[in-house]
Amino acid sequence: MSTAGVIETQTLEVSIGPQHPSTHGVFRMNVTLDGEVVVKLKPVMGYLHRNHEQLAEKMPWIASMPYTDRLDYFCSMSNNWAYALAVEKLAGITVPERAEYIRVIMAELTRLQNHASAIGFLLSDCGAWFTPVLYAFRERERILDFFEAVSGSRMMCNYCRFGGVRVDLNEQTLAMARGIVERFPPFLDEFEKLMTENEVLMARTQRVGILPKALAIDASISGPMARASGVEYDIRKVDKYGVYDRFDFLVPVGETGDVYDRYMIRILEMRQAVKILQQALRDIPAGPCQNPAVKFRNFKIPAGDGYGRIESPKGELGFYLVADATGKNPYRYHVRPPSFINLTVLEDMCLGHKVADVVVILGSVDIVLGEVDR
Amino acid sequence: MTPSFEQTSPDAKPVFLVERDEAVAVARKLKNDPRWQMDFCSCVTAVDYLKEDYIEVVYHLYSVALKHGPVVLKIRAPRDLAQCEVPSLTPVWRGCEFQEREAYDLFGVRFTGHPDLRRILMWDEFKDHPLRKDYIPPQDYEWEPTPHGEVLTRAKAQGGTIPPSAVVEVKK
Repeated sequence: MSTAGVIETQTLEVSIGPQHPSTHGVFRMNVTLDGEVVVKLKPVMGYLHRNHEQLAEKMPWIASMPYTDRLDYFCSMSNNWAYALAVEKLAGITVPERAEYIRVIMAELTRLQNHASAIGFLLSDCGAWFTPVLYAFRERERILDFFEAVSGSRMMCNYCRFGGVRVDLNEQTLAMARGIVERFPPFLDEFEKLMTENEVLMARTQRVGILPKALAIDASISGPMARASGVEYDIRKVDKYGVYDRFDFLVPVGETGDVYDRYMIRILEMRQAVKILQQALRDIPAGPCQNPAVKFRNFKIPAGDGYGRIESPKGELGFYLVADATGKNPYRYHVRPPSFINLTVLEDMCLGHKVADVVVILGSVDIVLGEVDR
Repeated sequence: MTPSFEQTSPDAKPVFLVERDEAVAVARKLKNDPRWQMDFCSCVTAVDYLKEDYIEVVYHLYSVALKHGPVVLKIRAPRDLAQCEVPSLTPVWRGCEFQEREAYDLFGVRFTGHPDLRRILMWDEFKDHPLRKDYIPPQDYEWEPTPHGEVLTRAKAQGGTIPPSAVVEVKK
């Protein structure tokens, strides 16, 4: 049989990771390539699996709090809040107003530093090797210094407690936070001047890794990734947990759902976070930062189950907790990790793109393996 | 089709405890009914109730379109591994895909109709399901039999399951 003019080709299987700088940790992708084009992609995870959930089920409720820091180690403050929120919901604990404001301040500062480094790393993946990351890390450093001044630790903050927060903010730390917030918009302006209309960035990211709106909802995609695809859904607005209903802020929503939109959404969310921070730092009331009625020793929860969730910088972070009749330990403790679930559509976004785009698309998902694998 | 209604949580939210053969129909109803429009399946997990002898798969559903929720969908399956089987809701919500794989991996719940049911967090050769309440972890994960005389005979004498280094003689 004549096959003149037809060159027979073979697909090639490449395993990217688990030890590869572009996979943001120990994450592996089994990619099938036709030439340079991706025809199949299967994510492989679990290299950092520590059975976090089982460990938590063997400890008293409060003992899991420092361990939640290790989920998404960029955002320990929001992880703490999510866990505290779920327990408070289940046990019916109220939180003093000052503590709610402090939590908002911490969560929004976490969002700032997470988004800054996420887009920094994304640009690294695009080939702008490490310069944007250093710009982002310079700002992140100030926020981490603030976290250290307040909680004693830069990344593993272990800050929230059931019914409040561990340490109150004083005049010095508040002034420090105000300084960070004041300096942040100029950084964003500078960063945007360098990057947003950069030709290479636009060429590498526009129309790449498009995630349609319908698929984003169907595949439970949350956070900046869903909003970049045009899903107008922000848990801060929908659930109004904490005191988020008191702040005036907008939810930026993308149109195309490509990598560029995911980059822009994070810039815009940082601008909104600055807006929230300005209001929170202006309105923070005096008072206690911890509900004195909550006991730490022999802390028990009545039997039942509950689900608490927050808008963490990476998406919907939820805790599903079950308390049994003894109530001393969680009977079941489940984390709903946003970056794990956001990986569901990685294959859909990568199909038909070149292998170099896979790295960029993965960077735009913004994963942290401590949370993906738990 | 009327799902049985049970309030098991201090959170005021609808909890549907559905039979296994009704689950997909109920899920589709919740997703497509204009009053519910539960288009966002947020959290999927399982709970092992050892005393009650069943495993409960829990789905938390929200509506992005109507911005309400959660509605909780619970499906129970017997603990026995051979019968521990529930219908997969991945055909209804794509977001269940990885989470159902996780529940299969850690609890041994088989999701019938799942497009790609493999282990996701534990390695492929792993035998057990570690989040079951009766799971006993091995004393030494890294133990492997070696072909060297004494160690091998001792391992064989113990059925090759317990690492010899982990055996502590108890003096009476």
